[in-house]
Amino acid sequence: MKRARVAYAGAVFDAFPHADGLKLSDGRIVSEDAVVWLPPVAKPGTIFALGLNYADHAKELAFKAPDEPLAFLKGPNTLLGHKGVTRMPAGVVQMHYECELTAVIGRGGKHIARADALAHVAGYTVANDYAIREYLENYYRPNLRVKNRDGCTPLGPWLVDAADIADPMNLALETRVNGKVVQSGSTADMIFDVAYLIEYFSSFMTLSPGDMILTGTPDGVVYLNSGDVVVTEIKDIGALQNTVLADDAYYAPA
Amino acid sequence: MITGTVYGVMLNVAGGVEALGEAVNAAPYKAPPVAPILYIKTANTFLADGGMVAVPPGMDELEVQPTLGLVFGRTATRVTEAEALGYVAAVVPAIDVCVPHASLYRPAVRHRCRDGFLPLGAVVPVPAGANAFDIRISINGEDRGGFSTADLARSIPRLIAEVTDFMTLSPGDVLLVGLSHASPRARAGDKVTARVSGAGQVSVRLEAEQ
Repeated sequence: MKRARVAYAGAVFDAFPHADGLKLSDGRIVSEDAVVWLPPVAKPGTIFALGLNYADHAKELAFKAPDEPLAFLKGPNTLLGHKGVTRMPAGVVQMHYECELTAVIGRGGKHIARADALAHVAGYTVANDYAIREYLENYYRPNLRVKNRDGCTPLGPWLVDAADIADPMNLALETRVNGKVVQSGSTADMIFDVAYLIEYFSSFMTLSPGDMILTGTPDGVVYLNSGDVVVTEIKDIGALQNTVLADDAYYAPA
Repeated sequence: MITGTVYGVMLNVAGGVEALGEAVNAAPYKAPPVAPILYIKTANTFLADGGMVAVPPGMDELEVQPTLGLVFGRTATRVTEAEALGYVAAVVPAIDVCVPHASLYRPAVRHRCRDGFLPLGAVVPVPAGANAFDIRISINGEDRGGFSTADLARSIPRLIAEVTDFMTLSPGDVLLVGLSHASPRARAGDKVTARVSGAGQVSVRLEAEQ
């Protein structure tokens, strides 16, 4: 099963795919365009993210593959629903998308063995972990000014039950900017896979339901322009759309 | 106790960047820091006053740094220095515990985010008329240093303005104001207490992880 969270007619609902659009948890059938899509995790816990976690991305950025996960953390201020708008601050020319498989923890724990790890996953969704390279500094890199900006992490549209994904480590990823394919890869090329990451994080901290792990992105990063429509898609999980707007458009009275 | 996200900031006590010396211009840093060096203390790190902090196997000592948390009461996005203090509803004394790490190059998740690595005292309303807070730490009753918020590299209003320029602090979120670059260390069996003038204290004991 897959479900979204949407706002419709003054309230927030779970929503499910339907032949005529979406079926809300109260039974109403509504058009996909009639709702505001929200991040599919209602109560996000700790948000882990990974850098340099694809062999090809590590190569592209001229770094050697890390011997331990390059992990960083994000706050819930970063999350944004499907079809949202993300701000590109004035003067920025090096902003790029990152299509990432995201595992959402359903059952917490500590010292979870790799062999048991996937049983702790409630489901999977898609994240677009935007970065603005002008703001990169070499202190706790990637620093929060790059990776913890409001609305810089679109998430969704769906949370897909883990039981419906036979092999999360063999899913095609693709990013399209204004319809043109700019990034394609496979979760099979991840350096530290989902099970490893759950074992790693839970080796030193207790994981809880609602925690999520954004697993990094393959190569194919290009810089964006204001107005670009970015779709990050992972096979069987979903296609997440976002629009980037520079300050003049972002702050223009709507 | 704390319902939001806790953020901390490195090198925000005067002299912190200078203490790194020429290293800031060498690899991997290559330049002095520009923006506040922020990090997140995850929810699993929160520990109540009187609790036990586990020293991981194979480690002799942990860094224990006293600080002050600003608890936000209103949604703060792109606020000015002049209005910044109006968003802070309360304060909380804290001990930021970490596994010692010399390099600041990569986010120190496994050093800073182990279970129980953020002991927190009682959340109290901002004391009326408070200008600066003196923040001290003692280990087994012996004073081991601290700092005053009068000596921050970025004052509290300036820090709030710079941080909320790109990230919203919501009601319940906490911003730790800084860490002294002197970093006292404690070991299993030690009792560690942070005291903040006018804002109470928090005290924990370290013990070897079972």
